[in-house]
Order: sequence, then C-alpha cells, then structure tokens
Amino acid sequence: MQQVKHKMPEQAAEERRRNFNEVALGYEAETARAEAARCLQCKTAPCRQGCPVEIDIPQFIKHIKDGDYDAAIDEIKAKNNLPAVCGRVCPQEDQCEKFCIMGKKGEPVGIGRLERFAADYAMAKGREDKAEIPAEVLGKVAVIGAGPAGLTTAGDLARMGYKVTVFEALHAPGGVLMYGIPEFRLPKTIVQQEIAALRKLGVDIQVNAVIGKSYTIDELLNEEGFDAVFIGTGAGLPHFMDIPGENLNGVYSANEFLTRVNLMKAYKFPQTGTPVRVGRSVAVVGAGNVAMDSARTALRLGAEKVYIVYRRSEEEMPARHEELEHAKEEGVEFRLLTAPVQVLGDDKGWVKGIECIRMELGEPDESGRRKPVPVEGSNFVLDVETVVMAIGQGPNPLVQNTTPGLSVNKRGNIVADEAGATSKEGVFAGGDIVTGAATVILAMGAGKKAAAKIHEYVQNKKTAR
Amino acid sequence: MYDIVKKEVLSPGVLLFDVAAPLIAKKCQPGQFVILRIDEDGERIPLTIADFDREAGTITLIFQEVGHTTRQLGALNKGDAILDLVGPLGKETHIDNFGTVICIGGGIGVAPVYPIARAYKQAGNKVISIIGARNADLLILEKEMAAVSDELIITTDDGSKGRKGLVIHPLQEMIDAGMKIDLVMAIGPVIMMRSVADVTRPHNIHTIVSLNPIMVDGTGMCGGCRVSVGNKNKFACVDGPEFDAHQVDFNGLMARQRMYHDHEKTERCGGGSCKCNK
Ligand SMILES: Cc1cc2nc3c(=O)[nH]c(=O)nc-3n(C[C@H](O)[C@H](O)[C@H](O)COP(=O)(O)OP(=O)(O)OC[C@H]3O[C@@H](n4cnc5c(N)ncnc54)[C@H](O)[C@@H]3O)c2cc1C
Ligand SMILES: Cc1cc2nc3c(=O)[nH]c(=O)nc-3n(C[C@H](O)[C@H](O)[C@H](O)COP(=O)(O)OP(=O)(O)OC[C@H]3O[C@@H](n4cnc5c(N)ncnc54)[C@H](O)[C@@H]3O)c2cc1C
Ligand code: SF4
Ligand code: SF4
Ligand code: FES
Repeated sequence: MQQVKHKMPEQAAEERRRNFNEVALGYEAETARAEAARCLQCKTAPCRQGCPVEIDIPQFIKHIKDGDYDAAIDEIKAKNNLPAVCGRVCPQEDQCEKFCIMGKKGEPVGIGRLERFAADYAMAKGREDKAEIPAEVLGKVAVIGAGPAGLTTAGDLARMGYKVTVFEALHAPGGVLMYGIPEFRLPKTIVQQEIAALRKLGVDIQVNAVIGKSYTIDELLNEEGFDAVFIGTGAGLPHFMDIPGENLNGVYSANEFLTRVNLMKAYKFPQTGTPVRVGRSVAVVGAGNVAMDSARTALRLGAEKVYIVYRRSEEEMPARHEELEHAKEEGVEFRLLTAPVQVLGDDKGWVKGIECIRMELGEPDESGRRKPVPVEGSNFVLDVETVVMAIGQGPNPLVQNTTPGLSVNKRGNIVADEAGATSKEGVFAGGDIVTGAATVILAMGAGKKAAAKIHEYVQNKKTAR
Repeated sequence: MYDIVKKEVLSPGVLLFDVAAPLIAKKCQPGQFVILRIDEDGERIPLTIADFDREAGTITLIFQEVGHTTRQLGALNKGDAILDLVGPLGKETHIDNFGTVICIGGGIGVAPVYPIARAYKQAGNKVISIIGARNADLLILEKEMAAVSDELIITTDDGSKGRKGLVIHPLQEMIDAGMKIDLVMAIGPVIMMRSVADVTRPHNIHTIVSLNPIMVDGTGMCGGCRVSVGNKNKFACVDGPEFDAHQVDFNGLMARQRMYHDHEKTERCGGGSCKCNK
C-alpha cells in the first residue's frame, strides 16, 4: 500500500504567483479512486471524530473507490452543506486527517482532497441535491450573517422544514469565504454555487441588511414573526497595532486589502470600480492564514518584494503548513523574530518604509509559547510602499450593542453554550462571533449544533402554547 | 434592485435622486447614510440620506459628480435602478433642545445638513443656518433651508449671491457680537470643517462635524474609514460619521481621502479613452 497521499496537481509556482487562478487543481477521477483505495475502511472510523460536522468518511470514500461519485456526494451532503469549500480550506491536518489510522505509519488518507473531488464532480455535472423538504412548515427562523456558521444553520433548518431568512450586511453572501479567502485558494464561483444550492432548499437570503440598523434582534422576534434568531456575524473587526504611522496612505488592515481584491475584484481595476494600491514592495505583519493570503495576494497584484514580518519564529506561526509552503515557493520573504515599531511616511503622507526591531525568544508565556523580547538597538528599516496589518480580528459589536439581555464576554464575544444557546431567550449564536477567529469547519459545526437546538426550542415553545 | 423614482438637476454637476427603499425610509434618522453599488462591477460609495419620505418609502440622495462612480450614477435616469443599497448606516445625530444652534453647510454639504437642521428646529431650537457655495449656480436647497431655519445666511466665494466670502465669516461675526451659541453643526469640504473648528475652538463652542473618509463596507469590518479623533482611531462608518470637531485630525483625514487620487487618474484615464474629464 502506498504510504503517501497522491500528489495534488498544482499550478507551477512561477506561473501562479502572477495570476489569481486556483493553485490546487484537484484530483482526476483515476487519482481519486486510487487515493480512496488507501482507506482501510476502519470499523471504528477514528477519522470521524475529527470532523466537526460528522461526515461518514469511510462510507463516502468507499463510494469513490467504487466509482459511484453520486452516492459519495449524497453521503457528504447529508452532513455538510459546503463540501467544495471544506474540501479546499479545512485544516484537515488538524481535523479528520489527524485521526486517520494511515497517518500512524505514513500519510493519512487525503480526505479533504477526496471530498473536494466529489463536490467538484457534482458541480461540473450540474447535479441537483436530493433533499426532501417536509411539506409542513415547522416555524420561521432568522439567521444573521451569511458566513459558514449562518449558512449551515440555515441549510439544516430548511431541510427540517423551517422557513429561514438569512440577513447579510454585505451585497454578497459567503462571509469570509467571499471577502477574505482569496480566489486562488477558493474560487468565488464555487462559493456562489454552494450558496445557490442552499437557495434551492428554500433559504431566503436578504443581502444589504445590517442587523442592528435595518432591524434589531428584538424587532425580528417581536414584530417580524420569527420564532428564533441565530447570530453568526463572525470576527470581522480588524485590529491595528497602535504604532505611529499606522494611518499613513498605504497602510491597510488585511480585511480591507482582501475585501478590495476578493469581494470588489480590485485586481481587475479599472474594469471594476474599486482600486487597490500595492506598490513595488509590501510588508505584511502577522503570520496566520490571513497574513499568508495577504502576502500571496500582494504578489499577484504585481509587487516585486513581499515580506512577512512576524515577531516569533517559524515554529509558532499559526498559518497552515501548506499555505506557508505555498507562500515560500511563490517567493514571499520571511522576516521572523522581527516586530514593527513604526511606519515611516514621506512628506505627502505615503508609506515609505517600516521600522522594525529584532526579537529573541525568552521564557514561555501563558500560551506556552516562548515570549519574544526585543533586542535593544537592533532597529532597522524595510523599504516598502504598502503595509498590511494581519494581526487578528475581534467581534463586530453592532448586534451586541443593540440587543439588550445578550451577554458578551470581556473580549466582546457573545456568550453561548455548546449547543449555541445565549443568555437571551430565542437567540442562538455560533461561529467566530462566539469563539473568536477560528475555522470554517468549526463555524459550521457550531451552526449544525445550533440548528438542532433551535428546532428543539421552537417545537417546545409550540407545544407549550 | 432599487428604483430611481425621481431625478432633478440642482446645479451643474449636482443631482438629486429619490430612490425607492422602503425599509431604509422606515428606519433612517438625520445624520445617517447609505452605501450603494450601481452594478456588478461597481464600487461601493457612501452617500448621506438627505431626506426621506416614510409613507412613500423613498429616500433622497444628493450628490456631486466628482469621479467615476458619481458620474456613472449621474448618468442614470428616472426608471433606472441601482443594484445594491444598504443602510441606514452610521450613528444618528443627537437631537435635543440645546437653545441656539448654528447649522453650516458648504457646497454639497448643505444636503446632509438639511434634515439635521429640520430636526433641530422641530426639537425647539433656534436655528440659524449659514450655507455657502463657490457661486450662485452651485448653491443648493436654499428654499428648503429657509423653511427650517429662523434665519438663513448665504455666502458665495464670488459674491454672486448673498454675502461675498466664506461661511466662517458670518459665524465669526456672531461670535464677536457676543451671541450665545449652544451648538455648531458644520458639514462640507474638510477644509471648511477645519476652519469652522478653528473659529469655535477658542470660544469653547461645542462643534460637530460629519466626516467623509473613503469607505468600503460601512459596517466596521475594513478599518479603511479610520480617522484620528482625540488621538484615538475611530471608524467613521460605525463610530461616526459625526464627531467633536475640536478633536478631529483634519489633516490626516484630508491625506487619506487622496489615497486613490493619482491611481484613479493614471489607471483609468491613462489612455484618455474615458469621458471622465479628470
Ligand atoms: C483571510 C482569511 C483566511 C482564512 N483561511 C481559512 C482557511 O484556510 N481555513 C479555515 O478553516 N478558516 C480560514 N479562515 C477563518 C474562517 O474563514 C472563519 O473562521 C469562518 O469564516 C467563520 O465563519 P462565521 O460564519 O462565524 O463568520 P464569517 O465568515 O465572518 O461571516 C460572518 C458574516 O456575517 C455578516 N455580518 C456581520 N455583522 C452583521 C450584521 N450586523 N448584520 C448582518 N450581517 C452581518 C458579515 O458580513 C459576514 O458575511 C480564514 C479567515 C480569513 C479572514
Ligand atoms: C458618510 C459619507 C457621506 C457622504 N455623503 C455624500 C453626499 O451626500 N453627497 C456627495 O456628493 N458625496 C457624499 N460623500 C462623498 C462620496 O462618497 C464621494 O464623493 C464618492 O465616493 C466619490 O466617488 P467617485 O467614484 O465618483 O470618485 P473618485 O474618482 O473615486 O474620487 C474622487 C474624489 O472623491 C473622494 N472619494 C473617493 N471615494 C470616496 C469615498 N468612498 N468616500 C468619500 N470620498 C471619496 C476622494 O477625495 C477622491 O479623490 C459622502 C461620503 C461619506 C463617507
Ligand atoms: S468537512 Fe473538513 S474535517 Fe470534515 S471530513 Fe471534510 S475536510 Fe475533514
Ligand atoms: S481512519 Fe483513515 S483509513 Fe480509517 S476509515 Fe478513516 S480515512 Fe479510512
Ligand atoms: S468603511 Fe470599513 S470599517 Fe468603516
């Protein structure tokens, strides 16, 4: 038996670093079947405990091995509304694949790659989901935010027989999948096709609707006739460093930079209306997925030099290993153990450089990671025209501020239990707004649990009446 | 889609649209704005809600054609529709009976001042309005402002209407004459708002301005609209757009507004094929 995963075909680094086409090209049918054959069909299926939406992994893999791709996608879709997305962006190495038996001796089965294969197959074929929506309407539920958490809740509730309306602040549904994760990792047409499938289930998506402004939660519950509300508003509030020069022209939050490019398609400016400026050299501060996405986007916009500036060492980098490797192959330069001190500007108010200080690793901090401490007098300047701050996001307070009785913690995240229930009756929450910035699949897992809890809540309320 | 139900030319390059948007019309308050996107390839731009009709379900937008998107918008007619319109965004103006309020509008800034002045008036304030423009042709909403003000002063740079000079001149005179002013509300070009702040600061007259940095989402997600207020960064779309004029870093705001100025010019007009006349 082959001990390593079948290789994912990719665009060559030299080529892809200048285009926005998808980097990973996906398995051919033959490769998919060969990879599927590596699965041992374990009775206990340890891989499943790593999947927050509990896909029957061995079963769908078996269908692929047998060449029955329709059965494979039905099996996946029974649990996961967004397989083409998850197959691409799930951090499988920390989820399903981490528990795969095959991983003990060699590499785990490429579960994510196979999931993507099945999803892409169904999409290419234009295959409709088989879903029987009950004729009887069980109730009416409002979902705030069309990110992975909200969309999952909406899909599950629609399948159970609820009338669901999703309210989304932006002009396109998808959340981070649309505005954050770049085209070259997750093509936007794929996100929109998965959402179209949800609409076919009867989910009504209202874009341009900012809850807290267009409606408050109380209005949705008391005036608009919703039986329950799910909040999945994500972690969309960009953090800045509070260092001098941060308001100079050419300093972006990663959210703004990525939104301009992904959601507003600034890479096609002036054919599209929204501009973005990268200049010749760019510093991206931070080393998570968001930072890698920003750096690789900057390259594709034509920057000659792109630096990742990170105050810890490679070991502590929170980005997925795969993304880190991709970034390196494409020519992103890493300035590790380096922290920005200030952004320098020219006399017209434009960025001309970023002053940094070298760091060394000291004692471990509360998180167990060794704490970086500045090396006195080691300051130096990187000449850059653009700085992208990718140091994290917090919760947007719009909904919390307009919803009396909804508890938030000291970081501003909504407090909700395992099942998604909040301190306010009829109001549920999940995804990044509860956990802080996490992952697509964890947000979806939270959405699933909340859907089940909302069903229970609404039915209990109805029988009590 | 949001239908344009009325179009009017207020002055050269300044247009008024009534747009059908029942939900926004139902909720909006003076001081708030919308963000719109004309079509699939369009940019999101913010415009103040200059008026609203809750019964008819329409909002009024008044805008100046300054660049690509506002020109494209200006080319639309009654019966056309706008793809995306989101709002009301931003915090509403704090309306109360303060006593004597001076409402100052410069250029296109008269449009957002109008519903605020009307609300101050309805709340029982004595409203003195000063509206200004470069010349008589560019002056907008004179009748409307007169109707909601106890006194209306007009200034033009060239003296073609009202007093020759800037909006700050009558304001300075009122202060010098010892008039008791409880609040100044000023909206217009950043330079104008900065000079109003400079005039009222030495006299500690509470002054509010409405800022117009470049925005993308309008929900606090991108941070592109950040301005320094009292040495702290604020996001104008959610923390504002109104702020205490004496705390605002106007120079920083002006610099940031120019972020895409050259870029728009070279990328868009490099070939000279467009008709934007920049
Ligand atoms: C650049 C980037 C790259 C990432 N890469 C990965 C990756 O490779 N793999 C991975 O697993 N995770 C990744 N993540 C994290 C992942 O995208 C998030 O954890 C996930 O999207 C969270 O889902 P959510 O539904 O909770 O929130 P979001 O996706 O943030 O969606 C929230 C939605 O709610 C809307 N909203 C907010 N406020 C309101 C309101 N008041 N009214 C109406 N709507 C509102 C927002 O506009 C948004 O559409 C990445 C994140 C970023 C930013
Ligand atoms: C809260 C708010 C309310 C506003 N209300 C009104 C209004 O009622 N009427 C009106 O005429 N204008 C208003 N503006 C300004 C209006 O949004 C800009 O004129 C418009 O975005 C310019 O777009 P453009 O493509 O036509 O011009 P561009 O070619 O993009 O730019 C021309 C110039 O306009 C400025 N500008 C560009 N984009 C923006 C932007 N998103 N926000 C602000 N300034 C920008 C820049 O200084 C630029 O140099 C408001 C702005 C804000 C933030
Ligand atoms: S959804 Fe994610 S965690 Fe679950 S099986 Fe697919 S790739 Fe693995
Ligand atoms: S643990 Fe690995 S080998 Fe076993 S069933 Fe799951 S995917 Fe197949
Ligand atoms: S416009 Fe994006 S945060 Fe204000």
